[in-house]
This record gives sequence, structure tokens and C-alpha cells, in this order.
Amino acid sequence: MREVAIIGVGETRFGEVWDKSFREIGIEAGLAAIENAGITGKEIDALYIGNMSAGKFIDQEHIAPLVADYVGLANANIPATRIEAADASGGLALSHAYMAVSSGVHDVVVVGGAEKMTDVGDVQAKEILAMSADQEWESVFGATFAGLHAMIARRHMHEYGTTREQLAMVAVKNHKHGALNPKAQFRREITLDMVLKAPMVASPLGIFDCAPLSDGSASLVLCPLKIAKKYSDNPIKIASCGQGGDYMALHDRRDICTMNATIIAARKALKYAKKAPKDIDVAEVHDSFTISEILAIEDLGFVKKGEGGKATEDGVTSLNSDISVNTSGGLKAHGQPVGAVGIAQAVEIVLQLRGEADKRQVKNAEVGLTHNVGGTGATAVVHIFEVV
Amino acid sequence: MAIPRFWRETPSRYNLIGTKCKNCDTIYFPPRLICPKCHRKSIGKLEPIKLKGEGEVITYTVIHDGPKQFEMQIPYIMAIIELDEGVRLTAQIVECESNEIKIGMRVKSTFRKLGEDGKAGVIHYGYKFIKA
Ligand SMILES: [Zn+2]
Repeated sequence: MREVAIIGVGETRFGEVWDKSFREIGIEAGLAAIENAGITGKEIDALYIGNMSAGKFIDQEHIAPLVADYVGLANANIPATRIEAADASGGLALSHAYMAVSSGVHDVVVVGGAEKMTDVGDVQAKEILAMSADQEWESVFGATFAGLHAMIARRHMHEYGTTREQLAMVAVKNHKHGALNPKAQFRREITLDMVLKAPMVASPLGIFDCAPLSDGSASLVLCPLKIAKKYSDNPIKIASCGQGGDYMALHDRRDICTMNATIIAARKALKYAKKAPKDIDVAEVHDSFTISEILAIEDLGFVKKGEGGKATEDGVTSLNSDISVNTSGGLKAHGQPVGAVGIAQAVEIVLQLRGEADKRQVKNAEVGLTHNVGGTGATAVVHIFEVV
Repeated sequence: MAIPRFWRETPSRYNLIGTKCKNCDTIYFPPRLICPKCHRKSIGKLEPIKLKGEGEVITYTVIHDGPKQFEMQIPYIMAIIELDEGVRLTAQIVECESNEIKIGMRVKSTFRKLGEDGKAGVIHYGYKFIKA
């Protein structure tokens, strides 16, 4: 197995990008990453793209060759592959790109993630999101994606005494971070009171507990670490990837306050990278809802089970605290173009490890982690990154 | 949801029919063809079993922002319920006020209309739960 590096990153602004089409945002991020990597484009051996539901959102399938074509690679006839794992599509696309380079099958690979969610109405977009849950045994009875997470939150409060305020503090923190990120969908701070008084979506979760619907795309260029210096002065090593799975429906998991898929993915990734949770300086975790971040920091091993709410309240996960979590603003403030999320997380970690994160820079960041979840936890993907 | 896709699952949705693994006696709902505990040994050994439809609330939420199909019911209560046979499922709790619902509350199943495919479409039926 060869060591693999990221030599280029690119990202569009996240939000309601009504003036740009799916292919335009895909191209924008892809070209930015190619330019950032300092390659001409001729070196590219393959393209991977994470996307959850272009068919439902924009009535277009077969999007990998579409993006390859419009970034100017049609003549090269390279393999272009779409990867789908609901909101973990981006993270999983990165894993497959990493394995392709690591195994020696490909040398230079572009991996992107893209989603265009605002061409359909809000109600329809939320119904599409709920398709990552079990349609026949959850959604059909009226369970929404927010509703399923609300049930996790309610149980976490019951078992561990997590408070409504602690949930809200996740959103306050991530908006504070997002305010420092020029690419974020929401670049303004919010107060605890605003979160607590916001209209209910699914109790106990209100509007500010939920990540938004977004358009956006992010992209990375990967190559073997050995040749990375040829292209880049500051390549970032992908130390490992790990993926875990679980029952599709939330009700089939005996402990709904724990995501076993996250635990397994993290264990694999940490073991291969020879790291412990305490070695991680900066992490982008999957906060589709405020409760999701609390589960994530527990299941990734940053804090003990049940103490995620308290840790958030104590500021353990704030920028330049014990572990800086979601410095980009997370899905909550940076935005949630579902298929792009896993790649955008990696872009943020690369910027942090390069020391290019400007106002939200984590001091002396050397090891980073990304955590991307599909559905209510039937898929989880973890990557670990390191300065070279 | 397409009509055939809904119709296929009607026996389980109408009558709470699950499956029991004859190899390890574990009961599953919805029905499964393979027992996740016994794997290969369970092939051909999963038999239908009618569940009593009584159990308790493991967790719940009150939904204020729901899909079109459920618009008229908002706000409505969704819960994960553990039936006395040990299986869990996701269902609506009806005839219960938002401030009455609690974790641990005893509930029983009832046969109700779930929704319909548009104004002139097929009406779907299945289980909901009420206070026991
Ligand atoms: Zn069995």
C-alpha cells in the first residue's frame, strides 16, 4: 500500500446558489482543486464524485461523466465514478479515491462531492433527505429525518441528563466558527436564546438545531505521497480511512444514543494511523443536527459516552480549546449540500493543517479527522490526516 | 410511495406480522429472511408470527414540520416502541396530547389510515398506537 497525499483543494460557496447549475458548481470546485494542486489536468487518471440524489434533486443521473466532461476531461476518456451513501457520499468517495491511489491502480485522482438541493422546494427537499432512512418502515409512518434525530436527542436527554441548552450550544458554537469562514452559508453568530426560542421542527429540535438545505461542491486532488512534492509545497498526508455500517432503521439499534458505525469507523482509522483520539487537534464531525455532534464527539472517543453535552457546555470543542470541532462551521453553519459534505470536511482539515485557515486557524494543528455519516448512522466514514 | 411498494408490505402493516427464527427463537419485525444472529443456519427457518401489539415508548418526538402527506396531522407524535415480544418499531401515537407522552408509557396498536397518494389516490392503512 502506498502513502497518499492531498495536493489540491477547491470549494464553492455553500448556500442557495440559485444562479448556478449543478454542473457549474461541480466544475467550479473541480477546477479550483486542479489549479490549487498546480497540475495541468493531463495527469488525471480518474474522477470520483460523491452525490446523494441528483436524480431526485435535479432529474439527472450519470453525473460522474457529466462533471468529467465539463471540466474538460471527455477527450481523456478517464474512468469517472459516482459513489452514493446518502449524506456520507462525499466521505465514501474520498475513501474509494484514497484506496485507488494507495493500491497503485491510479496515480493522480480528482475526488469531488456535489449537491444541488434548492432547485426543488423545501418540503420536497426534506422528503428526499428522509430517503436516507428506511422508507418502508420509518418514513411511511411519518418519521422525518429531523424527527428521527429528535428521537435520538430525547433518549440522550433521558439517559444522560443532556439538556436542551447543551444541544443549543452546539449550534451557537458552530455559527461562531462559521462566521469566520468566507465559504460558509451562515456567516453570523447566533445567541443561545435565539436557538431556544426558534420554531420547533421536531421536539426537542428547533430550526437552529437543524443543518440547512444547501447547494455546493468541494473537490480534492490526490496522488502518491512520494511524488506529491513535485506538485505541491505543502502536501497533506491521508493517514487512514475507516468505514462502518449498522442496521438501516434507527429502531433496530438497541442503543439509539450510540452510532456503532462511527465507533467501528473510528477504531479502524485510528488503528491504521497509529493514533489515539487525544492526538487529534482538529476535527470536522457530522452535525446534521445538534444532537449528531454530541453523539459524534462521544463515539469518536473525544469524550466519554453521555458527556458530549457537558463537554460542549464546558467549551471543550470550541476553536483552539482541547479539540477544535467543526472549525468550518460544520454542516450547521458552513452548509449541508449532502453529497459534498464529506469532501468539504476534508478541504477544511487540509486548510487547517497547511496553516491556511486564517481567522479560524487552529494553533499548531498537525493531525486532523473527518467524520461523515449516512442517514441516522447506517454508514459512517472516518479519515485521518497529517502534516508531512 | 408507489402503490405496489406499499401493497407488498400490507400483511405486516395491517396485522403486525413479524418473523421468528426457529434456530434461536429471536423475533423480528419487520419480517426478515435471514436472522442476523444465525446467518446461514437460519435460512428457511424464519416463520411468521403475529405480534400482540402492546409495548412501551422508548423515545418520541412531536413533529411540527412534516411531509405533505402528513400536513393535516401536524403536530403529531412519532415514537420508537418496544413491543413486549422484544422487537422495536417506529409509529405514530394518536389520541394522546403532546404533553402526555412520556418515555416508558404503555401503548397498544390500532389499525388506522396512514395517508393517501394525492387527493384521488389509494388510501394506505397500517398501525398507529394509542395509550394502553
Ligand atoms: Zn436466529
